[in-house]
Amino acid sequence: MSFSFLKFRKIPLAWLLLTRQPLRLAVAIAGISFAGILMFMQLGFRDGLFDTSVTIHKLLDADLVLISPRSKSSISMSGFPKRRLIQTLAVEDVEKTAPVNLNYLLWRNPENLKTRSILALGFNPSDSLLLDEGFSKKAYKLRNPSRVLFDKLSRPEFGPIEEWFLSDKKVETEVAGKRVIVEGLVELGPSFGADGNLITSRETFLRLFPANPPGSIEIGLIKLKKGSDPELISRILNKSLPNDVRVLTKNQFIEFEKNYWKNSTAIGFIFSLGALMGFVVGCVVVYQILYSDVTDHLPEYATLLAMGYRLKSLFFVVAREGFLLALFGYLPAYFSGQILYSVIRSSTKLPIIMDADKTILIFVLVLVMCMGSAAVAMRKLVDADPAEIF
Amino acid sequence: MVKANKSKNIVKNLKTVSINNLSHFYGKNENKKQVLNDVNLNIDKGELVLLKGPSGCGKTTLLTLIGALRTCQSGDLTVLNNQLNGASRKTRQILRRSIGMIFQGHNLLRCLTAEQNVQMGADLIKGLTYLQRREIARNWLSAVGLEEHHKKLPNDLSGGQKQRVAIARALSANPKLLLADEPTSALDSVTGREIVTLLRKLAKEQNCSVLMVTHDPRISDMADRILNMEDGKIYSAHSELI
Repeated sequence: MSFSFLKFRKIPLAWLLLTRQPLRLAVAIAGISFAGILMFMQLGFRDGLFDTSVTIHKLLDADLVLISPRSKSSISMSGFPKRRLIQTLAVEDVEKTAPVNLNYLLWRNPENLKTRSILALGFNPSDSLLLDEGFSKKAYKLRNPSRVLFDKLSRPEFGPIEEWFLSDKKVETEVAGKRVIVEGLVELGPSFGADGNLITSRETFLRLFPANPPGSIEIGLIKLKKGSDPELISRILNKSLPNDVRVLTKNQFIEFEKNYWKNSTAIGFIFSLGALMGFVVGCVVVYQILYSDVTDHLPEYATLLAMGYRLKSLFFVVAREGFLLALFGYLPAYFSGQILYSVIRSSTKLPIIMDADKTILIFVLVLVMCMGSAAVAMRKLVDADPAEIF
Repeated sequence: MVKANKSKNIVKNLKTVSINNLSHFYGKNENKKQVLNDVNLNIDKGELVLLKGPSGCGKTTLLTLIGALRTCQSGDLTVLNNQLNGASRKTRQILRRSIGMIFQGHNLLRCLTAEQNVQMGADLIKGLTYLQRREIARNWLSAVGLEEHHKKLPNDLSGGQKQRVAIARALSANPKLLLADEPTSALDSVTGREIVTLLRKLAKEQNCSVLMVTHDPRISDMADRILNMEDGKIYSAHSELI
């Protein structure tokens, strides 16, 4: 094993060619890293947007979800009759249901009295709304009128609610011009659509938003019996219910929200275009570096050809240079990306994370960028005429 | 018939280079210019041949044709038993591994140390491990008197040292033919003579033929044969030393 390793071991020509001019190498690494960081940021924002838009969707304790066909996303939900949710109980596999109201209301910051739009969810405290096990205890407190649970991950513009609440201070403020008391804290997280969230009882919700008809809800949560097939029940319900409601599985509900941001807004396109720009900038930088590297070393490559080295071997040298540049450019981009993601998370509360998908995708993009540029720069190698070196 | 063929092969094998009526042209149509005109030349094994002539007479073109760096246009050119008329790029590339080349400008790889430059030649030998190839490089550097400078980059070496590294690199691939283009032009007379003496010694030890293009009259006494070239013709070929 070690014998064959020694047999195939060669002088690291690509590495030596690259490191011969440290300044140029540093510029190349900086250029590739910049492109990598740009891609990390753009894709991070894009994925963050998609992820935050479904933060609450993921937390809902439901197998199926009923919505109005007129609903476009959580920022533009239409109501439908609550009785449609009751009708679903006719299907044997449906174990229980929970009606939910959802709308944006104005929250007054109790510290500076400024108002800001907050996403409010109204449900029956005896129902199960979230998957969080400790939530039912908190929900119990909502039985009293004008009580709300505040999302502690909301942006700080809503006021020092968590700090005041934890210091046993009575947190009282106004929502939609009506007095409410914060009875507890939950962890949901802001999204591009909502800077903050609150949960209350349907009774309080309807008091805060009297324009909402009492028999109308925006979301209907359906919990199925154990062992039921959500896909099948969703098909059965869609056939049996009138056209003023649509039944989705939980995953379809999550995709419904994501698709809105992807397809119905320019946001997804803008961030993807930003990532593409980073890719193009990186390609130009790497190509310039590799092209000038090949041009500078053309007499040396011609010498190697004159000695009997194959053109293919020289292509491999340039390809290895491209690979090394990809590797050295990617690593600073990755670590800078981690730091920037952390800064963005703490300042915006958006769940922008360095997941495996993004890590691999951007490495592949950087690799394609460097290897593609190397492939174009290789064309210059054909100009290396060994007869010209005499 | 078989006997005739055998004897023909034996005669052929004694020649490192065999050239018959070789002509070469540059340009096309009215711009076509003949640089080699019916050149005839044989170089024997182990022979050191000097090729002299004014600039532009076709010496370098002849060297590049023998070195399999150009395609042969007209006439017969056989190098190390390889007929180069119509030879493919691949054939020429493989043949070049048996031909050592020493360039006027050294053409050492600037990013490699002296030892690594020499090892680039040894790396062309198949079936050897990295350590064996490095050992060969070190031995050749030692043979040219540069063992203490093996870690130096070309920029840290003098002109004479660079030329020694170039010789070591050319010889490290065990060539059967060595082509040298003005190897002493940038060197003072003492160093130039030292270099050619070394080249001659090492080539003889390796039974390697040497064709050296030079204008340097100080080294004429060291050649087995001196050829003169003018206007694309080798008009006289005679032994001055022997």
